[in-house]
Amino acid sequence: MLYAIITVIFRISSLKEEYMSNQQNLLVIGNGMVGQNFLVSLMASDIKEHCDVITFCEEPIPAYDRVHLSEYFSSKSANELSLVSPDFFNENDITIHIGDKAIAIDRNNKTVTSANGAVIAYDKLILATGSRAFVPPISGHDREGCIAYRTIADLDNMIAAAKDSKVGAVVGGGLLGLEAAKALQNLGLETNVVQFGPRLMSAQLDDGGAGLLKSKIEDLGVTVLTNKNTIKIIDGDSCRHKMIFADGTELETDMIIYSAGIRPRDEIAASCGLDIAGRGGIVIDNQCLTSDKDIYAIGECASWNDKIFGLVAPGYAMARTVVDHLAGGAEEFTGADMSTKLKLNGVDVASIGDPHASTPGSLVYSYQNGVDGVYKCLVVSQDNKQLLGAVLVGDASGYPTLTQYYLNGIELPQHPDSLILPSRSDESVGLGSDALPASAQICSCYDVSKGDVCSAVEMGCTTIGALKDETKAATGCGGCAALLKSVLDCELEKAGIEVNTDICEHFPYTRQDLYNLIMVEEIKTFHDLISKHGAGKGCEICKQVVGSILASYWNEYVLESEHVGLQDTNDTFLANMQKDGTYSVVPRMTGGEVTPEGLISIGQIAKKYGLYTKVTGGQRVDLFGARVDQLPLIWQELIAAGFESGHAYGKSLRTVKSCVGSTWCRFGVDDSVGLAVELENRFKGLRAPHKIKFAVSGCTRECAEAQSKDIGVIAVEGGWNLYVCGNGGMKPRHGDLFATNLDKQTLIKYIDRILIFYVRTADRLQRTSVWMENMEGGLDYLKSVVIDDKLGVCDQLEAQIQHVVNSYQCEWKTTIGDETKLKRFRHFVNSDKHDENIIFVEERGQIRPANLEERELLAAENA
Amino acid sequence: MNQWIDACSIDDLQANSGVCALVENQQVAIFYMPDDNAVYAINNYDPFSHINALSRGLIGDIKGEPMVASPIYKQHFSLKTGRCLEDENIRVETYAIRINNARVEINTNITIEEAA
Repeated sequence: MLYAIITVIFRISSLKEEYMSNQQNLLVIGNGMVGQNFLVSLMASDIKEHCDVITFCEEPIPAYDRVHLSEYFSSKSANELSLVSPDFFNENDITIHIGDKAIAIDRNNKTVTSANGAVIAYDKLILATGSRAFVPPISGHDREGCIAYRTIADLDNMIAAAKDSKVGAVVGGGLLGLEAAKALQNLGLETNVVQFGPRLMSAQLDDGGAGLLKSKIEDLGVTVLTNKNTIKIIDGDSCRHKMIFADGTELETDMIIYSAGIRPRDEIAASCGLDIAGRGGIVIDNQCLTSDKDIYAIGECASWNDKIFGLVAPGYAMARTVVDHLAGGAEEFTGADMSTKLKLNGVDVASIGDPHASTPGSLVYSYQNGVDGVYKCLVVSQDNKQLLGAVLVGDASGYPTLTQYYLNGIELPQHPDSLILPSRSDESVGLGSDALPASAQICSCYDVSKGDVCSAVEMGCTTIGALKDETKAATGCGGCAALLKSVLDCELEKAGIEVNTDICEHFPYTRQDLYNLIMVEEIKTFHDLISKHGAGKGCEICKQVVGSILASYWNEYVLESEHVGLQDTNDTFLANMQKDGTYSVVPRMTGGEVTPEGLISIGQIAKKYGLYTKVTGGQRVDLFGARVDQLPLIWQELIAAGFESGHAYGKSLRTVKSCVGSTWCRFGVDDSVGLAVELENRFKGLRAPHKIKFAVSGCTRECAEAQSKDIGVIAVEGGWNLYVCGNGGMKPRHGDLFATNLDKQTLIKYIDRILIFYVRTADRLQRTSVWMENMEGGLDYLKSVVIDDKLGVCDQLEAQIQHVVNSYQCEWKTTIGDETKLKRFRHFVNSDKHDENIIFVEERGQIRPANLEERELLAAENA
Repeated sequence: MNQWIDACSIDDLQANSGVCALVENQQVAIFYMPDDNAVYAINNYDPFSHINALSRGLIGDIKGEPMVASPIYKQHFSLKTGRCLEDENIRVETYAIRINNARVEINTNITIEEAA
């Protein structure tokens, strides 16, 4: 009996001992991107049960996205950059010492001491101390307004310093330096980039790529100085500072931002005797262990094989390795792919593998297109079969395919240059996602393989959003988003799952389907359509689409009571709502032609109502700052002066721009203004999936820029040349030459057919440029429909345009003639008061909306 | 202070759309869905664009919840609770509303839930 009891006691104590020995203190120094990634990986692993986790965070806020730091200046706030959900530390029982810095490690007693005096014992210690911006140790480097570019606090200092600065300089032309330059430019400073070496982004780009990037950055108004070795900074003459360079030149600037590389923060490791690499950094092995078997180092503070990795993806890989090693796994860190793709000031730049062809025997293909500003180069192995590296500037669309060749060692096609030469036929040279092995890495930030994505799709993730939540793919730098989408589409197609193209939850149809339903069943109202073919009450997406289709097809007055609730923001009040809730009014000036009397009337009306006036890109005058109750009064006066609605508010024909043409111009070949006026009068008021712009040039000098318009016409000796589906704006597209030497009648017939075919078949909010790019068969198909009447619909198309032409009305005129419609044009339905929140201030002799700060100031003064 | 205040006539409302009324110095956006015989009242101030404009948004429903889409940046607000459907931390004020003898009445002192 006694023996039995003793056995039980022994068992209990041995169990307890086992439990105790498994429970260990895990201390992480540093809560940057990599430190936080380690915590997240740890919490996702089984060993978290056996760890008490403590972390130090030197900055006053936990981990945030340093990669997208410059977005802090534009849209994002510190909160939006955060990588940590508010309850992360609580929920996971992690103790975080925020705003406290670890200052000493006692390896004998296994404790860490902090600046605030905390002493924490550890069983395992993880150093994720990161790096600091390198500040060249020259005389004057620490003058006022000289700031490193690294933390949110640095950004706040930049914003403060920019307030009384005109000129700024960034020291360093690497990736972060160019980001910092963008930030300075956004702060309104005349911006210079000072690069020590001859190339921008010297680690990632070769001479050709760096040269093109430099000229593109300079086109954006940033001055790039290369081969400039700053030797000292002294008082400036016209600015706060003067930078003196080794070659005797100098630069005057008010602010200096340092972004000339990083230096690992290894002091705390060095002072406790851990091995430090010759060029800095805490020495680690393949398990990320330092010279002490209880201390790991990960991220930019660590040196593996004498290399520091200044990107997040390798840091994340190290974090995964440590979690795996703590759990007894055998994963190793064996270096990392440093390929990168980014958009710098709107310029696409990508670099893969060994861009400098430093591998013995490697060969280079390069392609340079000075017209479109594109540079591409491939570095291949001696046998022409393996991709070793690549540089893409100006067009990085090939990046996903090339990284797959590079990372997976896929054998190159017979002519590797086909991967960088522009494809001018239908043949596709891209590597279909179907051809990738399951092991292919899709997302390098979070190490997500194609296999991971496929199993997530199998589990039911059928949208990009769901895939991102499940796998984290494309949530880091986002460079793999296009590839992820193509894997998803391919898997869905293989699984026989249709990709959902429904316009919204209320209609299981595409825009084209809805158009056909309305046409075939002669449906005239949203109410009829949704009760027959939809569900629910509708939303701003389907209502706007149906409103637009009904207007295109039936062309009834858009403010009819059945239609008014379908109109988008601007159409509802037949004017363009601006950021302060007031409207702008644009009278039509066909072809940009206006009489002196017309101009005087517009001036007088603008003056009477106190409106801000600006000439638009479409050759007419925009009048801003009208309150909703003023709109009918302004329209009335404009109509009295001979004007009509310019439809600037509609997804419809806006303007037909023209040069002065043969009437006046010494070089003019034909009357471009006359044709522009005729076209604008024919197509005005035509509602479409998106706005439409035309231009007519009187000769091939092309002063009206017709080739950047949806419809562009250029006069030539033999008649008119027609260009279609061009675009300026966000993604410029050169129009395609559709037909040449047309007489006017044929020209108008073709435009009639093209426009209605676009209206019928385009997706919601799809410009003609994207419509064309997505059209199977492209330009040749469109020609066969419009010129050869392949579908036999040309009569219908023409009949529809004739209906729109015949039923045109000036919507302003209709509105001011209808007492019941006018009721809507007041701010309050029960009072004649105005919205007190609308406040203007003066700038350059005209009004502008007061900003929030000014509104509050004025309110305080009045109070 | 359960006071119903006369805002406007039912004829002043716009079917399947919104209007704005001034009620006790507050801007109240009133929406009317005749098919459901429903009226809703929320504050007219759009917390995202900082202007008084919600009455000018398109209305409808998202998954059955009646909503208005801000005319400026298109965030959706529930007409029942005022909650922003994209950001649960953001909410606009909602008011009790009723039709009484063809007049629209608002009570700014009680919430929808209390009235119902």
